[in-house]
Amino acid sequence: MPVEEPQVRISIGSRFEHIDLIQVVVDDALERLGLDDDSRHWVGIAIREAVANAIKHGNRQDPDKQVEVELAIARGQAIIRVGDEGEGFDIHEVRDPLEPENLLRPNGRGIFYMKNFMDEIEYSSRPEGGTLVTLRKHIASVGVTEAETAPTDGASASGSRADGDSSS
Amino acid sequence: MKIEARHERGITILEPRGKITIGVGDVALREAVAEALEAGARNILADLGGVTTIDSSGIGELVSAYTSVSNRQGKLKLVNLPPKVTDILQITQLISVFEVFESVEEALASFE
Repeated sequence: MPVEEPQVRISIGSRFEHIDLIQVVVDDALERLGLDDDSRHWVGIAIREAVANAIKHGNRQDPDKQVEVELAIARGQAIIRVGDEGEGFDIHEVRDPLEPENLLRPNGRGIFYMKNFMDEIEYSSRPEGGTLVTLRKHIASVGVTEAETAPTDGASASGSRADGDSSS
Repeated sequence: MKIEARHERGITILEPRGKITIGVGDVALREAVAEALEAGARNILADLGGVTTIDSSGIGELVSAYTSVSNRQGKLKLVNLPPKVTDILQITQLISVFEVFESVEEALASFE
């Protein structure tokens, strides 16, 4: 039987003060799924980084541009997608913040945070323009249904239909 | 996010409480450090015991503060790190940059 699968979809204007709202809503959903406090803290940080990047680097803090956040549960994972309306970027151009010459740079740690606190992170371009970052976290309390164990290419399926029926 | 500032033995002690995150806490930290430096502070001790969350912007502000204070021949040191802040400093390898203390007394003595 499928376990509870809250589907959350939120759209915000590009303002940093909205990040708390996203974190509260996602945190509540993950708590109901049984994710422990520590894990929720780190997932929350990763989501904050994704949304902050979308606001700052994607939408250039244009309050008229939207950041869309979705949470879906599938294949024993929490899948969070954050999309912006920006011009995109090349992730390969992002500096490694652990390199000695970058250690004292004040910027450039957002993606590093996400990589550390999530199990998977993937960047792609949205068909309608903008960037989509997909974050995945395994949740032990969420079982994998028989239907979900069918052969799949896993990560590459992330942009598809796990979030079909939406609410809130 | 609130930051209280006090002085002990010639050291400015900043006590941020809550989230040091983008758009709010990071700005407050930047302003508090700038204010302290403008007031003549040379050495700053950041007591992070009340910090609940620090994102990459917050860490960036700590790094900026460290650089600003160092450029004035002063030192920025950290005390009372919550475990999650310690984790972040270790992951980012900044734990090797900052001098970190477990008590304010020990930290203040290190400036002498």
